Amino acid sequence: MKNRTVKVDYLARVEGEGGILVKVKDGSVTDVQFNIFEPPRFFEAFLRGRHFTEAPDITARICGICPVAYEMSSIHAMENAFGVTVGGQLRALRRLIYCGEWIESHALHVYMLHAPDFLGYEDVIQMARDHGDAVKKALQLKKVGNEIVALLGGREIHPINLRVGGFYKVPTKQQLNTLVDRLKWALEAALDTVRLTATFPFPEFERDYEFVALRHENEYPFNEGRLVSNRGLNIAVNEYDLHFIEDHVEYSNALHSVMRDRGAYFVGPLARFNLNFDRLTPTARKAARAAGIAPPCNNPFKSIIVRSVETAYAVEEALRIIGEYEMPESAVVDIHPRSGVGYGCTEAPRGILYHRYRLNDKGLITDAKIIPPTSQNQKTMELDLRHFVPDRMELPQDKLTWQCEQVIRNYDPCISCATHFLRLEIEERRGREAPAGHEVRSGKAHH
Amino acid sequence: MKKEKKPKLAVWKFSSCDGCQLTLLDCEDELLAVADRVEIANFPEASRHVVRGPYDLSLVEGSVTTPHDAERIHQVRRASKFLVTIGACATAGGIQALRNFKDVKEFTSIVYANPTYIETLNKSTPIADHVFVDFELRGCPISKQQLIEVLSAFLSGRRPATPTYSVCLECKRRGTVCGLVTHGPPCMGPVTQAGCNALCPSYHRGCYGCFGPKETPNPSSLSSYWRNAGMKNDELLRLYRSYNAYAEAFRKESEAHEK
Repeated sequence: MKNRTVKVDYLARVEGEGGILVKVKDGSVTDVQFNIFEPPRFFEAFLRGRHFTEAPDITARICGICPVAYEMSSIHAMENAFGVTVGGQLRALRRLIYCGEWIESHALHVYMLHAPDFLGYEDVIQMARDHGDAVKKALQLKKVGNEIVALLGGREIHPINLRVGGFYKVPTKQQLNTLVDRLKWALEAALDTVRLTATFPFPEFERDYEFVALRHENEYPFNEGRLVSNRGLNIAVNEYDLHFIEDHVEYSNALHSVMRDRGAYFVGPLARFNLNFDRLTPTARKAARAAGIAPPCNNPFKSIIVRSVETAYAVEEALRIIGEYEMPESAVVDIHPRSGVGYGCTEAPRGILYHRYRLNDKGLITDAKIIPPTSQNQKTMELDLRHFVPDRMELPQDKLTWQCEQVIRNYDPCISCATHFLRLEIEERRGREAPAGHEVRSGKAHH
Repeated sequence: MKKEKKPKLAVWKFSSCDGCQLTLLDCEDELLAVADRVEIANFPEASRHVVRGPYDLSLVEGSVTTPHDAERIHQVRRASKFLVTIGACATAGGIQALRNFKDVKEFTSIVYANPTYIETLNKSTPIADHVFVDFELRGCPISKQQLIEVLSAFLSGRRPATPTYSVCLECKRRGTVCGLVTHGPPCMGPVTQAGCNALCPSYHRGCYGCFGPKETPNPSSLSSYWRNAGMKNDELLRLYRSYNAYAEAFRKESEAHEK
């Protein structure tokens, strides 16, 4: 079989609406598209004119799966613009709520979206018939993550308690202590998950990626750090725009984030793991080694093991933060808005999430730029398909199609995130203020 | 032995953040029980398995923002016995309905050079603007308990019991001190429908209207209260223009504060 077309109209078990198209002619790939047809929602456009205090709640609505990441990146960007640093227990609580989001999001992806691929089920409900205990454990693990987010944030989806400068209300030590027993159980459950995912059959597939993640001087990264790569990138967050650009590629209508003069790159759990292995807890490192993975891991299918390792890390980190917690006197630090530009980048469950805001002296947003992890991985996902398919031309159509879906699901793509934007070019009427840098970028493929 | 046929559940996505359908997967304690009582026949976020319609119950998330979706919602309606919309996008057009105000007032002379934009409608509209909706579940996001209530009510053939009164009643019930009378932050509780258990006031912040207008709200009265307390028009405008901006009561009130 030299000519093949793999087409998935509506990719399942991802967040949002997307499809895949791979065309092979005479043994070589002629077209690859990870097609995103989710409608654009124009967040960057309507953020203009909004008050800086509204950005966390508004940008949370880009994604129901990782709202904490949007809230955190926007909050850090605003604090960067105002020259504020939040430290001590407030900073620790921010790490804690991020732990909750990682646990909930990773457990969702590992068990409910990704594991069914490896075990040959169409969904987790089918999987539950044969692996009932594992699925019940998965749901409880996910619930522990959600409980952290709900306790600190008020609710699991679009939490209401995060704000520029800190929180609206901080929890008491006793409230946090109610999580401890469940977290201790969750650590064992997460380590079981590492052991389970290590037994999955992984396709032989490796590529030479450039991994990009935050790196902090002594922590596994959530909120802060420098942007580093395995090929020597080492920049501050506010230098992001100098090194990353959007590229319009020939074979697809989609716009992709690429590194200037370097091309595609890879963000997310595998990138964090490869670049920050030494910052994991000893337990998490040991679990990874026992599962047979250590950096550099270049097989994206094994990201499911890495997500499990990161879940174990997040549970341990949550236990550490709760153990050391003392309720701060104030829930928020003083904020004095001023005009300027602020940059924020945090590690969403799926990888680095970059926000940049320009603000006027009234604290109103005049320009916003948001780059979610999925649009940064999009080019790498397509390149994976391009390399994956030619070696597997002998597979029957249904199997090849399913494996191509899996290539995309390796990245846990969040299509809702990737399509909050669309490039629109605007001519302003005379006499109006020029919309400085009004480019609303898009990973949206024409549909 | 005759096997009882389970009702078929479908979950549909339009323009949204996925958070409301995720609420179903967030029902960690109830999910397997739900899967026991209904056949999950079409839920792409959770399964690649698709059962053909018609469906007994369709949950619809998201708003209509493209010509394609304006067609698709009719197909969904035709394939569904009961259609329930979930969340602020589906019931009011969502945060993306902020474009509805920009296009007419500010962007009228703007030329969109990229043809992909042409595929987007000028307005983001709720599902009920397009097809008949059997029940609307409010919230940005919806409440887990209310979603379970909708599913239980459907399974037992009754109408879901969800309140249409204001957030204020929930504050009173849980004993939260009223921010309005103690000069707290601006609170939309008096005009906003209950359902969140008055979450924000319990975290020392004002309600920001996730669940949309309550039945028979009086937002102009609330606005004059805030204006007397020193709030400016642009602040009032932003207060009503968020996640349920295109819901009629909030839309009209925000327009009253437009310069």
